[in-house]
Amino acid sequence: MVVTALVVWYVVGYAISLPPTVPQASAAGITNITVQTVASYGHQPHPDWVSYLVKNEQGQWVHSTIWKVPANSIVRVTVLQYDGDSGLRNPFLGQPRGIIGGTMTVNGKPHHVLDPDDASHTFTIPDLGVSVPLEGVADDAPNQCAVTPCTLAQAHNTIVFQFRTGKPGLHRWQCFVPCAAGWLYGFGGPMQTVGWMDGFLKVV
Amino acid sequence: MSAMETPATAPAPAGTGRSGLLTFNLLWGLAGLVVGYAVGLWIGHRMGSRFDWTADIDYNDIAVLLGYSLGTLGYLGGLGILNHPIARLFGRSARDVAPRTGWGRYAQASTDHKVIGNQYLIGIGVFFFIGGLNAMLIRTELLHPTTPTFSPGQYLTIVGLHGSMMIMMVSSIILGPFGHYFVPLMIGSKRMAFPRLEALSFWILPLSGLILTTTIAYGGFPTGWTGYPTLASQADIGMDGYLFSFALVGLGMILNALNMLVTVFNHRAPGMTWARLPIFVWSMLTTSVLMLLGPPMLLAAAFMEVLDRTSGTAFFSSSTGGSPFLWENLFWFFGHPEVYILALPGFGIVLEILPVFARKPLWGYRLAVSGMLGVTLLSFMVWQHHLFVSGINSSLRPFYMLTTELISVPTGFIFLVGIATLWRARIRYTVPMLFALAFFVNFLIGGLSGVYLSDVPSDVTLHGSFFVMAHFHYTIMGGLVFAFFAGIYYWLPKMAGVELNETLGKIHFWTAFIFFNSTFLPLFAVGMMGMPRRTATYAPHLQFLNDWVSISAFLLGGSMLVFLGNFVWSLVVSRVPAPANPWMARSLEWQLPTPVPVGNFDGPVRILAGPYEYGDPAAPPVMELGPAVVPSAGD
Amino acid sequence: MDDRAHLIRAGAIWIALAIVADLIVGFLVAPHMPPGNFSNTASDQTHINNVLALIMTPIGVGVITFLVYALVRFRQPPGPLQDGPPVRGHRRLQAGWVGVTASIVIVLAILGTIELVKAPDSSAGAGAGGGQGPSPISRPSGNPLVVQVIAQQWQFTYRFPQYGGVETFALALPVGRTVEFNVTSIDVIHSFWAYQLGVKADAVPGADNIAYTTPRKVGLFQIRCAELCGLWHGWMAAKGHVLSRAGWAHWIAHERIANAPSTHYLPPYAKVYYPAPLERGG
Repeated sequence: MVVTALVVWYVVGYAISLPPTVPQASAAGITNITVQTVASYGHQPHPDWVSYLVKNEQGQWVHSTIWKVPANSIVRVTVLQYDGDSGLRNPFLGQPRGIIGGTMTVNGKPHHVLDPDDASHTFTIPDLGVSVPLEGVADDAPNQCAVTPCTLAQAHNTIVFQFRTGKPGLHRWQCFVPCAAGWLYGFGGPMQTVGWMDGFLKVV
Repeated sequence: MSAMETPATAPAPAGTGRSGLLTFNLLWGLAGLVVGYAVGLWIGHRMGSRFDWTADIDYNDIAVLLGYSLGTLGYLGGLGILNHPIARLFGRSARDVAPRTGWGRYAQASTDHKVIGNQYLIGIGVFFFIGGLNAMLIRTELLHPTTPTFSPGQYLTIVGLHGSMMIMMVSSIILGPFGHYFVPLMIGSKRMAFPRLEALSFWILPLSGLILTTTIAYGGFPTGWTGYPTLASQADIGMDGYLFSFALVGLGMILNALNMLVTVFNHRAPGMTWARLPIFVWSMLTTSVLMLLGPPMLLAAAFMEVLDRTSGTAFFSSSTGGSPFLWENLFWFFGHPEVYILALPGFGIVLEILPVFARKPLWGYRLAVSGMLGVTLLSFMVWQHHLFVSGINSSLRPFYMLTTELISVPTGFIFLVGIATLWRARIRYTVPMLFALAFFVNFLIGGLSGVYLSDVPSDVTLHGSFFVMAHFHYTIMGGLVFAFFAGIYYWLPKMAGVELNETLGKIHFWTAFIFFNSTFLPLFAVGMMGMPRRTATYAPHLQFLNDWVSISAFLLGGSMLVFLGNFVWSLVVSRVPAPANPWMARSLEWQLPTPVPVGNFDGPVRILAGPYEYGDPAAPPVMELGPAVVPSAGD
Repeated sequence: MDDRAHLIRAGAIWIALAIVADLIVGFLVAPHMPPGNFSNTASDQTHINNVLALIMTPIGVGVITFLVYALVRFRQPPGPLQDGPPVRGHRRLQAGWVGVTASIVIVLAILGTIELVKAPDSSAGAGAGGGQGPSPISRPSGNPLVVQVIAQQWQFTYRFPQYGGVETFALALPVGRTVEFNVTSIDVIHSFWAYQLGVKADAVPGADNIAYTTPRKVGLFQIRCAELCGLWHGWMAAKGHVLSRAGWAHWIAHERIANAPSTHYLPPYAKVYYPAPLERGG
C-alpha cells in the first residue's frame, strides 16, 4: 500500500507540472496578448527567477507561459519589459523576424534592428519563424521593479509587434538571451523551465 | 566470524553488549545521513554567501555537495562501517557490530557474504522497479507525437532518471546478489576476501539510489545518463545529485572489483584449479577487471565537472580554454567497459545454467574463457565509437571501426559454446533454462545491430537515434536482465530456501519474452526512419509504431509485476521449501545444505573435479569434505 | 541419428532459410532501406546498410536455425534423468569458427573504410556524411558551397561565408552542388542531423566539425537535433529545402537583403565563436 502511494505520488508529481493555459481575448480578428518580462518574480517558489507574466481575459496578471490564441488570425503582442539587458549571444537575433511589416515598435518608435548588447530577452516562436528582441531597461534607471506584478509606473520599455497564426497546432516559444542570473552560461534555471522563460502557444 | 581480526590468540569480543535498536544499523545510518546533510548544507551556505554569484540566487551547489558528502559520512557512521577504520586509527582493536538473526540481519552492515547477497537483491530490486516506472512514464509521453504529457523539463529528468538508475543499479545486478552470494561457495571458500569492504560496497548502493531519486526535489537534471557538459555545467542543483551518486556507484564498483579479484585469486580451495573454475566465476573475474579499471576515469570526470560547476574551473568549457571533448572521452573510456560490465555477467550465468539443464559438459570451456578475456581486453580499445560523428580526428574512425567490429569475434565464441553445449543434449525446459535460451536470441539481435552501429557510414544516420536505444536495450535488458531472471529462478532455492512457483514463472517468461521483443524490435525501424533519442516529439508518420511500442512496454511492465507477485507469493505466502539440490547440478554451491551454514563448509574442502562433468560415469564427485573442525583463531 | 547427420540436416535447413531470407532482404527490404537516395551520402549509407543486411541475415538465421534445431530435437526423454554425451570441445570447429568470424569482421571493416575515404563529391559515394572534425579524411575537388551551421539552444542558424557572411534562420541548398557543412555551437553540445541528406555532425562549442554531402533531388529534408541539449531538445527540429540552382540563387539574394540589418552586428566569420557572456549569466 505504501508502495502504491509512493508510485501515485511520483506519477502525479510529474504530471501536474505544467502551468495553466491562459486564453487570450480577440476583437475584430486581432487577438491582443499583453505580457510583462520581469527581472525577479518576487514570490515563491523562485523569488529571484526572471519570468514572463501574461494578462488574462479579465485583465489580471497571471503567472503562466501557455497561451491560447485562435488560428488564422493576427496576434498583436504588447511586451512591458522591466528587466535590464544581458546581451544576445548570437547578434543575428537582434533583428525582428516573422512579424508583420518587419518592424517592432519600441516605446512608440519603429525599429528594424536592436543592438545585440541592449537585448534583455527575445520572444521567439521557432516553428512560426517569429523572433523579436526585447530591449533592456538601463541599469541606472530609477524606480526598477523587483516584485511582480510590475506596474506601469516602474521603469520599463514597451515593445509591440504583430504576427499571423496559421492552422491549429501547438508551438513552443522561448527566450534566446542568456538571462538566467547565477547559472553558468546564463541558460539554467528559469531559461529551461516552462512557466518562466519558456512556454507554449496553443493555436486552436 | 569474529575470528577475522588480527591473528591474536583469542577472538575479539563479539558485540558491545548494546542490542536492539541502539546498535549500529540502518536506522542510525539514516539518522546520520540527515544530520550530516544538514551540517554540510549549513557549512556550504556559510561559504557560499561570500561568493558574488551565489549570493542572490536561491540555490548553492557547494552547500548541496557538502551536504551529500557529510551525509554519506554520517550514514556510514550510523551503520557502523566506520568503526573499524576509526578504532584502528587510534590503535585499538575494533569492536564488531553484534550480528543479528532473523530479518534484522538485513538492516545492518553484515559481514556474511550470503546476507550481503540477499541485501543486494532487495536493494537493487527496489531501484530497478523505480527505473522501470520511469520507463513507463517515458512511453506514456511518447504516445502522442506533438502534444506533451509532462512539462518538457520534467520529461528530461524522467529520461535521465531512467537511464541513470538502470545503469547505476543494474551494473551490479548479477555481481551483487549472485556474485557475492555464490562466488565463495563455488570456489570452496568460507568468505569473501574483505568482508567489511563488502559491507561498505553494498551500503553505498542504496544511498546513491536515494540521492539519485531525490534529485527530482532539486529540479532534476537535463543531461540524461551521459552527463555531457556544457549542459551539465548549466544545470540546476539536481545535476550535483547525479554527479555525486554516480561517483559513489563508481567507488562501490572499484571496491567490489578488488574484493572479487582477491577472493578468486587467493581463496580457492585446494584442487580448484583455473581449469575447474566454474564459468560464472570466470565471468565475475573478468567483470571485476573492467570494474576496477573503468570507474576511476568516471570519478575523475565527475570530480572535474563538480569543480567546473562550483569553483569556476574550465575543464570542459571551451571558451575558457577547456573542451567538452575531454568529458566525452573520459566518460566513454569508462562507459564502454561499463557496458561490458553489463554483458559479461550475463554470459557467465547463461553458460553456467546451460550445462545443468542440458546435462552435458560445457562445450569449449577454454574457448568461452578466452572469449570473456578477449572481450575484457578489447573493451578498452573501442570507446571512440560513441564519438564517431562528434568531430574526432577523421583518421581515428577506421581504426575504431576495426576494433569495434573485432570485439564481436570473442562475443561470438559465447554463441558457439552455447549452441554446441545444447547439441545432442538432453534439454529440460525449466524456467531458468527458458530465460537462458531467450538470452541467446535477444543478445543475437542486439549483437547484430551492434555491427550496424560499428560501421561508420551506417552509424552516421543511426547514432543518437532510437536504433541505438533498441540495440542497447536488446543487449542490456534482453541480455543482462533476462540472465538475471534466469539466475534468480535458478538460485533462489539456495538463497532463500523456497522455490518460485513454476507456472507463474512460465507465465512471466512468455509474457516477458514476447512483449520485450514486441517493444524493442520496432524501435530499430523507428530509429532508422529518423527519430532521435531523448525527444518527446517525433514525425507524425511514426505514431503508429510508437504507440505499438508504448502498449507493448506497458504489457512488459505488467510481466514484471507477474514476477514481483511470484516472488512475494513464493517467499512470503506459500513458502514451498526447496530441496538442497533441486536441479541436480554438480557445482559446489548445490552440494551444500539449504540454508547454507554460516561458515559455508563445515570442514576443509578438497576439489576433485570440475562442475561440468555430466554424462561421464567415470567422473569423480566434485568435492571432498573433510571432517568438521571447531573454528579456531586465524581461520 | 549420429552427429554428422544432425549437422548436415541442420546445415541444409540453414542454407535454405538463409537463401530465402536474403532474397526477401534483397528484393523487398532493400528498395526501402533508409535513409534513401536524396543525396549521395544518403545513397552511400543505404548501400552499406543493404550490404550489412545481406551479410548479417544468414548469420542470424544460422544461429537461430541451429539453436531451434537443438531445442526441438535434443530434449530430455520422459523417465529418469538422463545425461548427454560428455563432449567437451572440437578443435577444428573452434578454430574454424574463430577464422570465419574474424574474416567476416575484417572484410566489413575494410568495406567501411573504403566508404569513408572516398572523395566527398564522387557520384559513387562520399565521406559518409558524418562529422569528421576540422580535418576531414578527404576533401572535394571543386568549389563546395560552405555552410556554417551554428547550433544554439534551441535553434540552428546558418551562415554563408561565401555570400557576405549572411546568417539565416532557415536552410536552403542548391541541388547538385557539393556542400561543406561546418558545424559548431555557441553554448552546449548539439548535433545537426539532416536525415534525408544523410548528414550528422555534432555541434561542439569551440570546435569545427566538417561534413560533406551533395543533394541530388529538389525537395524537403528533415533537420533534427540529435544530442540532448536541454529543455527543448525534443522540439529542436526544422525543415530544410533543396532548391533548383536558380531558385537557390534567388533565395540567397533575398536573404542577404532581408537580413542586412543584423549582418551589420554579426562578428566576422570564423570557424568557431566564443561569444560573451560566457560566465555566470545576467
